[in-house]
Formats: sequence, C-alpha cells, structure tokens
Amino acid sequence: MKILVCISHVPDTTSKINFTEGDTKFDTNGVQFVINPNDEFGLTRAMWFKEKQGANVTVVNVGGAETEPTLRKALAIGADAAIRVNTPAVDGFSVAKQLANVVKDGAYDLVIAGRESIDYNGGMVPGVLAGLLQANFVTNCISLEIDGVSVKATREIDGGKESVTTTLPLVIGGQKGLVEESDLRIPNMRGIMMARKKPLTVVEPIDTDVETTSVSFEKPAPKGAVTLVSSDNLDELVSLLHNEAKVI
Amino acid sequence: MSVLVYTESEQGAFKKTALEVASYAKAIANELGTTVTALAINANDTNALGAYGTDKVLNVKNTQLDAFNANAYAEVIKQAAESEGAKVIVVSSSADSKYLAPLLAVGLNAGYVSNVVEVPSNTNPFIVKRSAFTNKAFERTQINTEVKIVGVSNNSFGLVESAGSASAEDFTPSIPDLGITVESVDKATDKVTIADAEIVVSAGRGLKGPENWGMIEELADVLGAATACSKPVSDLGWRPHSEHVGQTGKPVASNLYIAIGISGAIQHLAGINASKVKVVINTDTEAPFFKAADYGVVGDAFQVVPELIEKLKAFKAQQ
Repeated sequence: MKILVCISHVPDTTSKINFTEGDTKFDTNGVQFVINPNDEFGLTRAMWFKEKQGANVTVVNVGGAETEPTLRKALAIGADAAIRVNTPAVDGFSVAKQLANVVKDGAYDLVIAGRESIDYNGGMVPGVLAGLLQANFVTNCISLEIDGVSVKATREIDGGKESVTTTLPLVIGGQKGLVEESDLRIPNMRGIMMARKKPLTVVEPIDTDVETTSVSFEKPAPKGAVTLVSSDNLDELVSLLHNEAKVI
Repeated sequence: MSVLVYTESEQGAFKKTALEVASYAKAIANELGTTVTALAINANDTNALGAYGTDKVLNVKNTQLDAFNANAYAEVIKQAAESEGAKVIVVSSSADSKYLAPLLAVGLNAGYVSNVVEVPSNTNPFIVKRSAFTNKAFERTQINTEVKIVGVSNNSFGLVESAGSASAEDFTPSIPDLGITVESVDKATDKVTIADAEIVVSAGRGLKGPENWGMIEELADVLGAATACSKPVSDLGWRPHSEHVGQTGKPVASNLYIAIGISGAIQHLAGINASKVKVVINTDTEAPFFKAADYGVVGDAFQVVPELIEKLKAFKAQQ
C-alpha cells in the first residue's frame, strides 16, 4: 500500500497571532512552525501501517523552501520520502489541485490529510482533493483499519460517531483519535540522522486557478475585565446572566 | 438566480442551524435583490422555513438518503443549484455540511469559504468575513468564482424572522454511487450537541475524575446545555473525543460557555473565543481563564456547582 500524507506547515498552537503589511499578511516573526496537529495524527497512523502492514509512506507539502524543516521532521518521524511542491499555499482549492497532481503521478492508494489546518481553518483540502480524484472520502476520521482494499473507518459526527465501510482508493481527513496524543512520536537522534539521507524531491507546480483570495485580517476587539461574583452569592450570578448578559 | 440554502434536518425535523442558515440566505438574497430557495432532504414539514425568509422549498424524499452520505448529498445539492441557476449556495458548519461542502465546490467549480461570521460586506467583488486561527483572528476573503459557497459559522448570525410563507415543490434528483456505507451510528439522541447548543457547560481536570461528571451533566440538563471538556480530560479518557473543545478539538460558538475547573490554556481559550458570554468557576484566582471570562466565581467546583444547580432550578421555576 502506498500512502501519501499531506503536511501543512503551521504556527505552533501557542503562537501569538499578529499581522503585517497593513494587516494583509500573517507575521511569522518569532513564530515556531510545526507539522499541523491534525496531519501529525494522520502521519502517526501511517507509521502504524508502515510497521504492521509494510506500507510505503511519502509526505508532501505545498509551499516554499522555508517549509522543508517541517518535511524533514516528518521524515525523522519515519516517513520514507518527501515531496515539496514549489509554490506558496495560496488557497485550499489550488493546494488541493497541486496535491491531486502528486497523487496521480505517484498512484497512491491512500491519502491522509488533516481535516483542517490549525491556522486558516479552511477545512477544504481533503474534500476538494477527494472530489478532484473521484476517490472515496471520510473526514473527521477517528479510526482507520485497512485490509487489502477494504476499509473500516469511524467519523466523528456532531454529538457522537459513525462507523462506515468503504474501499481504496481513499482520502482521509484526519484528526485526534486516529491515534491518541500519547502515540505521537518525537524524532530521536537516529531518526533525525536518517532523515538527512532520505529523498526530499522538489517538484514544480502545475497551473491552477485561485478560487478565493485573502484580502485582510483583523483581531477580535479586546474584551473588558471579568466581573467577579462571590461563591456565597450565586443568586447574583444567575441574576447577571439573566438581566445583564441575557443568556438564560 | 435565487440563493440556494441547504437546510439540514435530523429525523425529519430541521436543526436549529437550518433556520439560521435560512436567515442568512435571506440577508444575502436581499443584498442581491433575489429570492431564497431551500433544499430539504427527507424533512417532514418544511413550513417553518417560510418564517425565516425562504420563498421556495425543494423537497427531496428518498430512502437512499436516509443515512447521510457526503457524496450523494453534495450531488443532490449540485443538481438543485443547477436547476435553480443559483450562484450563491449557503450551508451550515455542522460536521455533515463541512464534509459535503468541498465535494460540492468541486462539482460546481465553486469557491467555498468556511466559518463565515457575517453577511458579505460587498457582493461585487464578493467578500466575506470568516474566523481563522481558531478564532484568534478574522480574515476577509474574496471569492473569485462565478458560483460561490458560503459556510456560515454556527450561532454567528442568529435567527431572523421575516413575514412570509414558502411554496414547496418535490425535487427528484438522480443519486450517484454512494461509495461509503454507514454501518452504525453511535449518538445520544436525547442530548444537545455542542454544534447546536446555545449553552455549553464544560469541565476540566479540576473535577479530579470521570466519576464526578454527574453534577456537570445535571447543570447542563437544567440549562438545556451541551456538555464539553478540556483537552487533558479527553486525553485521559474521562470523556469522549467528541466533547473536547479547543484548537485541536471542536470550536464552540455558544451564547453562554461555562468553564468549570479549566485553567484556560491558550489553545482552549482560542477554541471557545467565539462564545458570546463566558463564565469561569475555578479555585485558582491566577487561572488564565479569568482574563478571558466575562463573569468569574472563585471557588471550589464541588461546592459552587451543586449550589448553582439549586439556584438555577429555583430561577427556572419562577420563569
């Protein structure tokens, strides 16, 4: 089984979010970039398929050369090879189009992407990719078992979960649950050394439309100070929620 | 040319988000000077939509669509959009709608923008405001394609009633190969989900163990609220993943969010930032949550929560 794991290069979850150039660009100054957490759960599940079922795992990113350390980290975790499509990630559609081209070239059976990136939260890439490839698609995926071409997967739904069966070729939108937080791997020295020798292929992008354009950013208005209510006077809390906040 | 809105139902009844997206679709239709057509799949009674600005309902009844299937539902919405000549399609931010929307975008060659929080500031070019960076920022995004799909963030627009009634007609789409078979659904049908909830009661490690969640569920029952939890609680297996809210969990955009025994890690606060009113109950006055909350109670959850339940019961009895 050939697996392609799509890796998004995103600011660490603790990053301060600021913008530059007249609030049109994300300010990367002082920001630590990591593998998108939703992608990392998928990558870790792919490692399981590699170790237990002999799968071959390639990671891919659409982005400039500055994203290569993130791909190297994925190699250090255990992926066999990496591909970088040499173009900035502009919108979900164009990224999915580039990825679809990589999938067709490499004849992958299973593609795992995060259900969304934690920066732009577009949530488009796995679905658009599945649509372009005419492949089966399960998103918000919290468990995945594969036997031959038969697939059993579980999807998180609002208020519960849904178990489904389908077949390869398949695109997955992954998230926590695909593996547990405690299953995530920190690259060890041997992994890091080996990653330096693994292939990281840079491919040039294909022409694609850009369907959506980011115009500008703004931050939410700062909020006022908290109103403290004594724990001996919860009637006041009920009254504030009813009369002032009008939420009960 | 009408605006098409997909109004989701469950067990034949519209979800609250269906009425919200219908209200939103009406607001866009007003700006564009056109009408609203709603697509309802296996809904029992579509009359409710008229009161939220829908002019016409396309009614699909098909047992093949009893279980949700993203591919099939996307195809049905595509056929409805083509039949209506719709250039703007509005969907919600439910798990199902977020599943089908990218597939629909491919089918219609449409640009799709998710997590939209306002009616477009401009319709030519078409620019919408959406939340990004897990509610730490807003982004204005322009959709460049002729056909546009807007995914409305839950609880961002609210319900807007307008006088009127909707005509209804049957719509019989062709159904594609499903590709995916639903084997089982595991869902508490008597509980409010986080996505639909106006009030969310959430608890963290301060509760000390899963056996102490009884009072959280009771508080949620009194308020008609959904229950949620912090990331450590879901990592420890005290509560299911589906309740984990935060940056790698679910976003919450409720009217009221009550956090009990949650210190307020930056990732958690980001996930709940879109909630309108936040209440924190915590013993630690230094907990970061107090800086993010509107109302705070410094106290032990094991004393405060049972007492708050009693106060709320008394309050509800008077209403």
